[in-house]
Amino acid sequence: MPLESPLVLSSPHIRHGSNAGQPITRRDGVLKVTGKARYAADNHPPGLLYAVLATSRIARGRVKSLNVEAARSHKGVVEVMTPANRPKLAQDPDERSNPFMFRMDALQNDRVRYANQPIALVIAESLEAATEGAVLLEPQYETDTARIGLDAGDSFVPPAVGMGAPAEVRKGDVDAGLEAAATTIDATYETPTQFHNAMEPHAIVAAWDGERLSIDMPSQGLEFARGRAAGLLGIPPEQIHIRSPFLGGGFGGKGFVSGPQLLAVLAAKMTGRPVKLVLRRDQLYGPFGHRPPTRQRVRLGAARDGALTAIDHHVRTASSTYDDFFEPAANVSHALYASPAIATTYEAVRNDVGTPTFMRAPGEAPGSIALESAIDEAAAACGMDPLAFRLRNYAEVEPISGRPFSSKALRDCYAQAAERFGWAGRPVAPRQMRDEAGFLVGWGVGTALFPALMFQAQARAIVKSDGTGVVETGAHDMGQGAWTALAQIAADGLALDIDQVVFNAGNSDLPDAGIAGGSAHTATAGSAIHNAGADVIAKLADLAMGDRQSPLYGAGNQGVVARNGRLHRRDDEARSERYADILVRAGLSQVEGSGSVAADPAAPSNWAMYAHGAVFAEVKVDPDLGQVRATRLVGAFAAGRVINPRLVRSQYYGGMIWGASFALNEQAIVDGRSGRVMNADLAEYHVPVNADVVSLEALLVHEDDPHVNALGIKGVGEIAITGTAGAIANAVWHATGIRVRRFPIRIEDLLTS
Amino acid sequence: MPFSISLTVNGVSRNVELDDPRVTLLDLLRERLDLPGTKKGCDRGQCGACTVLVDGRRVNSCLALALSHDGAEITTIEGVAQGDELHPVQAAFIAHDAFQCGFCTPGQIMSAIGLINEGQAGDDPERIREAMSGNLCRCAAYVGIVDAVIEAQKRLADAGRREAA
Amino acid sequence: MKTFDYVRPATIAEAVAASAAPGAAYLASGTNLLDLMKVGAARPDRLIDITHIAGLDHIDWLADGGVRIGALVRNADLAHDPAFVRAYPAVAEALLSGASAQLRNAATGGGNLLQRTRCAYFGDPASACNKREPGSGCDALGGENRLHAVLGWSPSCIAVHPSDFCVPLVALDAVAEIEGRAGRREIPLESLYCLPGDAPQRETVLEPGDLIVALRLADPTAFARHARYLKLRERTSYAFAVVSAAAALAMEEGRIRQARLALGGVAAKPWRARAAEDILAGARPGETIFRRAAEAALADARPSGDNAYKIELARRIIVRALTLAAAGTPQRLPALPASPFSSAPGARHAA
Repeated sequence: MPLESPLVLSSPHIRHGSNAGQPITRRDGVLKVTGKARYAADNHPPGLLYAVLATSRIARGRVKSLNVEAARSHKGVVEVMTPANRPKLAQDPDERSNPFMFRMDALQNDRVRYANQPIALVIAESLEAATEGAVLLEPQYETDTARIGLDAGDSFVPPAVGMGAPAEVRKGDVDAGLEAAATTIDATYETPTQFHNAMEPHAIVAAWDGERLSIDMPSQGLEFARGRAAGLLGIPPEQIHIRSPFLGGGFGGKGFVSGPQLLAVLAAKMTGRPVKLVLRRDQLYGPFGHRPPTRQRVRLGAARDGALTAIDHHVRTASSTYDDFFEPAANVSHALYASPAIATTYEAVRNDVGTPTFMRAPGEAPGSIALESAIDEAAAACGMDPLAFRLRNYAEVEPISGRPFSSKALRDCYAQAAERFGWAGRPVAPRQMRDEAGFLVGWGVGTALFPALMFQAQARAIVKSDGTGVVETGAHDMGQGAWTALAQIAADGLALDIDQVVFNAGNSDLPDAGIAGGSAHTATAGSAIHNAGADVIAKLADLAMGDRQSPLYGAGNQGVVARNGRLHRRDDEARSERYADILVRAGLSQVEGSGSVAADPAAPSNWAMYAHGAVFAEVKVDPDLGQVRATRLVGAFAAGRVINPRLVRSQYYGGMIWGASFALNEQAIVDGRSGRVMNADLAEYHVPVNADVVSLEALLVHEDDPHVNALGIKGVGEIAITGTAGAIANAVWHATGIRVRRFPIRIEDLLTS
Repeated sequence: MPFSISLTVNGVSRNVELDDPRVTLLDLLRERLDLPGTKKGCDRGQCGACTVLVDGRRVNSCLALALSHDGAEITTIEGVAQGDELHPVQAAFIAHDAFQCGFCTPGQIMSAIGLINEGQAGDDPERIREAMSGNLCRCAAYVGIVDAVIEAQKRLADAGRREAA
Repeated sequence: MKTFDYVRPATIAEAVAASAAPGAAYLASGTNLLDLMKVGAARPDRLIDITHIAGLDHIDWLADGGVRIGALVRNADLAHDPAFVRAYPAVAEALLSGASAQLRNAATGGGNLLQRTRCAYFGDPASACNKREPGSGCDALGGENRLHAVLGWSPSCIAVHPSDFCVPLVALDAVAEIEGRAGRREIPLESLYCLPGDAPQRETVLEPGDLIVALRLADPTAFARHARYLKLRERTSYAFAVVSAAAALAMEEGRIRQARLALGGVAAKPWRARAAEDILAGARPGETIFRRAAEAALADARPSGDNAYKIELARRIIVRALTLAAAGTPQRLPALPASPFSSAPGARHAA
């Protein structure tokens, strides 16, 4: 669906093309500020029924009984779905045949394997009736002891971490490096379970029309979602239409079709009416994945001059009992600091929890706060300024592999952010600074890093006989600004002004734009769009050059160039023709092109590809009361080409605040006895509020990268969490002299006697 | 038993028949009055996404029983712009990129309008941050939100002065 | 949510009469009750909506110099009432430290007094909770209890009262006016609340049908110039207290003639620290005497779980609150919500 009312701000800025590079305001801005942007749960087809999920209050065992009769007899309840009557699926939800296909719970049996697992679905004429119907089920359980936490059970070495990365990587001799070191650090850091907590709860509106299914559902991966749903339902993907024009935040939590959403589809089938299911906030703490806890032992060796001699990063984490996702937290140590010896290793335990999943900067976020803390501890042990220490260990090539970086402007990031922050003159020793009110003041630094990834995508581009363009791909806007940034790329690809281009995205009938994850969506979908634009321009050129009546006739080997809706002869700018004229004369209403992209399989063997950044943090700590406030954050990031600096800055701000939250706020409090999250709400699962953000700056550092992709784009969505979390933790140490190694840092950690 | 209440919603008087006393103001707006602009983020007064104005004051509509608001005047995000002309707060939110995913935005905007009506924060960013802390934004567009509130407040004050002159 | 009868009385008498039905509960703005109904921790059969009763939303200044606050006065209206703020600055600070602007616009004073604990186990019908279901046990004991009580708790319940507002009210000897089936009576706020003992389900001395209709505070003159509320929380705003303190000092020729001190977030009720007040009476303000007062206030404290730190934290917040109160009520009122970081000047390079 196209967006209406684009609002263009024309302040001058870096111009890479006529559109990309400009800080234009969001094309979906008017829809979002007027309440007209339609999120999944806002849909209300005629005849709608409401479904409410009943979820397990135990973490392990089985459901002995459900009082289905009580639920059914509640006024307004239409149907109750349990394992006994759930419509058959074509595929077992526990089947897993590819790495992106996680097992799910969709009432396949009475077994309970984590708290908040779906155990029934109540469907009613009203939300109120369905809600109470779910309460009236009063499930009875047979309860087994839940296995919760990093010390539950024997650990094992996971077969792989993250998306198929090896669980053990070694370079050089770490033991020898530690042996030879003048200074060693051996510290253990703990990070908690975290939940995505996008403001929009997972939701779905499902409606069947015969064998055709339409779904409104927030999705970071339309094609995956459609394929998965088709497989489970046993219908061709083409019969499923998913709309996801807006996501109310994704952060990795909306990458897959979930069990509850699938049940709503089945409920619509069962009742023959459209069904809406919106998860309650507390129900999001279970079936939709989370960032698992980690315990990380980092051992560093440094020579007398501060040069690292060894990095040993060991991670213990937890997955579910029934599926594999292992937070790849040690892998940041492959790429951040030069060292002759590096080892990253993993062990894991199985917990009675829902399967963990990707959550904004998976691996990098928890790994970075541990490594950056350890690096800071090493700098202090060497008596060095922590920035000087990092520069001393600056990696000129990727440390683990020796590959050159495709680009790396990290030195510029350090320099610009340090200058802006006013880092010079920082006392090396902790607890040296106070403000005039008497609060302890501390300054810390952290290095940010995130891989530059590419996935597969396709796009379609059309030039119409009125000279305007249409560009289409099933891209996802989770808030990062796809509606705007991709339209900018689309306009450049067609050499049109952005206002002359309709950009369609956000539904599964469009060409596959790949998954919106890994900070790779702009690079991936953008490259496909760019190629589709080039294809359509080439077709227009062929038409013109073959047409005797065209001023471009016979341009042949000289070729043509597209600019402002016209094709020009490359060797004679004065000879040009409007797209519209070319098409009208050819008797065509439009010409269509297509483009696709996939990661260059050779690139990773030639280049190490990452975005980099540096974050400086100031915190204030009440010396008596232990309350911490991050009062100033300055980050500088180099992530290749910037399509829209306004949107990119917002992504950095968001990431930096997530980093602050990682260091100081968020944590799921799991009762180890029951396996239940006891703060499964937004009052007690603390994400930062406006008052937590005092002063924030993000500097966009210029970086050209000819290798990552044709557009030179790296990702910006996740990098800013990394670096920031560590910078704040380090600033807390600098303010107080207390090194807190369990996150988030809490008041009681800082109460000195 | 049916209940009947009258409400003025975005300037339009409506008589609402409710067959269920449990309906919250938020669910009434979203599910029964076709006004889904107001969002449900937590349903427990913990996120602010459902903020609307009731008799000119910002409140969480998720913790308001619809029946209890008989006679109230409700303003939602759908009632803020004048036709195609955006309210200064809406325009400032776009100009300052005061949102990303947009899901909390209706609540943020209603809260900002409520805050400006209250007149308690002035142009002190620290007070505005505090006064906007009842609206969580997981995308964390907080910097832009504060800038937008300051700018919109100034524009509204200037317009007020022009009108008075 | 269970379905319920909804009645909307026009007078206090009608409301009290309507409360005779079994399972009846008064509904004010509902910011707490509706939430509890949604999570299943409260399942009333009848809601008596008192918000349409006329006359309960007034702030009246009394001939004796005190003030009478109608039970339906919204928190925000009270916190921003200029005369009230001047007279009772710590109460205004406490009000503005609670919840969010939206919730304060809705929540009433009477409702605030009767808000229920935020103990996660209380709010969760699947957990054992003696308060919610007498005799079922207490899952908070031995559970996740970093934020639970350190004073006045019993093995049957370790929950804390969540209110900010009530903390300075208790310090200032506020009185609740109650309309009940036997007519009107008054209860000092401090005596309204019960400690858990072996019956944590009984949170107040209110009888069935009792309706709080107003709060009264005495002449503020003695304390208004040296009164503060301070609150520690896990994010800067929109969070319940880890601990909080209200301190008010009547100063006379450089000495404390009389001190008022109460703690929040430490017990099942807003905790008046009378032993500390006695120590302070007649003393010159200073860190040593404040620390002695703090020791006295927490003399009987003991951890109920992973919360031993709260005892020392409570002592320290007392010292800080007394220090701030001695320094004087801030010029600009209402002050920013009561975080330690009320100002954020720049760093300097010296210890």
